[in-house]
Amino acid sequence: MASRLIDEYFRQSKLPHIWCPGCGHGILMRDVAQAIDNLGLDKHKVVIVSGIGCSSRAAGYMDFDTIHTTHGRAIAFATGIKLAKPELNVIVITGDGDAAAIGGNHLIHACRRNIDLTVVVFNNNIYGMTGGQYSPTTPTGDFGTTAPYGNIDLSFDLPALAQAAGATYTGRGTAFHVPQTVKLIENGIKNKGLSLIDCVSVCPTYYGRKNKKGSAVDMMKWQRDNAVDAKKAASMSEEELKGKLVIGEMYHREKPEYTAEYQKLIEKVGGAK
Amino acid sequence: MAEKRFALLQGNEACVEGAIAAGMRFFSGYPITPSTEIAENSALRLPQVGGKFIQMEDELGGMAAAIGASVAGVKAMTATSGPGFSLKQENIGYASAAEIPCVIVNVQRSGPSTGLPTSPSQADVMQARWGTHGDHPIIAISPSGVQETYDLTVRAFNLAEKYRTPVILLMDEIVGHLREGVELRPAEEMEIINREVWDDPERARHPYRMDEGQLVPKMTPFGEGVGYNITGLSHDGEGFPTNSNEVTNAAMRRMLDKIEKNLGDIVTYEELMLDDAEVAVISFGGAARSVMGALDKAREMGIKAGMFRPITIWPFPEKQVRELAEKVRHIIVAELNDGQLTLEVERVVGGRCPVSHLGKIDGTVLKPDEILEKLKEVSK
Amino acid sequence: MASPTKKLCVKPEWCKGCGICVAFCPTETLELKNGKISIAKPESCVACGMCEMRCPDYAVYLTEEGDN
Repeated sequence: MASRLIDEYFRQSKLPHIWCPGCGHGILMRDVAQAIDNLGLDKHKVVIVSGIGCSSRAAGYMDFDTIHTTHGRAIAFATGIKLAKPELNVIVITGDGDAAAIGGNHLIHACRRNIDLTVVVFNNNIYGMTGGQYSPTTPTGDFGTTAPYGNIDLSFDLPALAQAAGATYTGRGTAFHVPQTVKLIENGIKNKGLSLIDCVSVCPTYYGRKNKKGSAVDMMKWQRDNAVDAKKAASMSEEELKGKLVIGEMYHREKPEYTAEYQKLIEKVGGAK
Repeated sequence: MAEKRFALLQGNEACVEGAIAAGMRFFSGYPITPSTEIAENSALRLPQVGGKFIQMEDELGGMAAAIGASVAGVKAMTATSGPGFSLKQENIGYASAAEIPCVIVNVQRSGPSTGLPTSPSQADVMQARWGTHGDHPIIAISPSGVQETYDLTVRAFNLAEKYRTPVILLMDEIVGHLREGVELRPAEEMEIINREVWDDPERARHPYRMDEGQLVPKMTPFGEGVGYNITGLSHDGEGFPTNSNEVTNAAMRRMLDKIEKNLGDIVTYEELMLDDAEVAVISFGGAARSVMGALDKAREMGIKAGMFRPITIWPFPEKQVRELAEKVRHIIVAELNDGQLTLEVERVVGGRCPVSHLGKIDGTVLKPDEILEKLKEVSK
Repeated sequence: MASPTKKLCVKPEWCKGCGICVAFCPTETLELKNGKISIAKPESCVACGMCEMRCPDYAVYLTEEGDN
């Protein structure tokens, strides 16, 4: 016996999950289920697609049609599923390395096409599965096992990247801000186009330990105390935003959606049944 | 185009027509010489039959999206050439491990690396077998002409669905750009194999558990209310990751056996003038066309030569080639590479008769006269 | 004050002892006992759900009374 939400949307025989104590991914995975539940989606028409890494183990726990693909390719697999069967709600669960490093090309081009996928990034700022190497979202100066002297890379702002590439809905949530994050995922699913929700997780085991961020509780308190809503952030100076984490809805506009456009093309050339 | 029964087509065009006849309704790929006409014609033809074409951002995406479409229950194909074939290997391995039917066309060009992009080659023979990491089942079939490209593309889809595996249509630039008359037999006149699905959703939750008498476990498309898992990790009957060595061993054995124990169904080949032959030329794909030219001349000169043409390259027709080696005095392997199929033939022949290699690595084709010279040399 | 309609439940076998629920419970209802979740003061639960929404392991939740 577990809560109704867990009963309905999770494969309980596979729980507890493999994530470390205090890993924010469990919270974010529940957020995805909560968003699906709030929207009342037909669970038989929901497909979860993941890549490789800590984030991507989510697919195995969620009770839908789920596919755990290759590293970086989740969005490309999802593109095939969605274009083949546009009636499906296709949700991609990916990580910062999976989506923005090895899968960066698929990410930007899915955004450019504005194909109706909801990309939920479980962003833990590190490669967790391989033991704590720096990722495209590791802040400059932070440490990883492959950044023993501090990371000199500049990091990606994922919602900004997605927006620039053509995504029509972007936002950022955190492991701490559950209701807000659930709402962002809901809006992402509702948006007819490419939506990207950057969900800042907590990784106490690798990122936290390497960077002296304290326990999972400490890391979540940091999120609570330093998050600034995007609307408020818009009127703040760069100086005031230093060390803050901007969360909330960042961008939303309507543009033609890829699979709908393709359907029009089929009708135009007389291929519709 | 499809309404016509007879047409003058390029191999690449015939491939698309064959695919559509076989039920392909999804193509995802990336432009690359000399396979690009396959993407172009798919873009043109698929929407006309209600199918989908997507030009992906790269070769990896082209392979991944095709697998995704197949998971959703739509017959899918991608096409490429050498450099792109290298990039696709990652997800070919995934399709093999997760047992997702799909067709990958490789119109071989001269390599390595970017090589001679517009020149023919057959140097991806070993890559077609072992290009992706790990032991894995694979089928590769190779057409020698335009009609055969049409027919074998249909067969590629049939094999993919029947054995739940990626199938490589190993073409080459010669056949891809060759124009010949082709009969576009409609689907109703051909055997078209469609995926077997479970009626019982509870049973469908075990897409990797095989019942007795089954060739492969059935697989229900996503979106049909089953709710199962697919992974490239070693998995159990339900498709969930496992670390069990025992479960892994059983799953691997089942996957490899589905090909190895059905060679009689999968392996096809052509024998030409072999009844009384003293020398056999083994050749495939575009190269086999040159051999045909050489055989007539050899016969005129009194050399008893014939040809064995594997149509299924992988699994290799081991039994047939071994029997051939018992019959002939010499085997020549004529191929557009430095001896890849020769290696396999030597392994299979195991010293039963001498095996010579005749190849090209400069981007040109083997000429009939060159084959004739070799035939004369070994017949002395 | 316990909620009149919701009941706090725990599932210690899924708990990994991260302490997030304890830290964010506004009424100090929860504690870790031998590294696992435990309800220290059931009477003080206000059924706010802060623990349930932030438990990474789904080891604590509220049910409607009578539907467990």
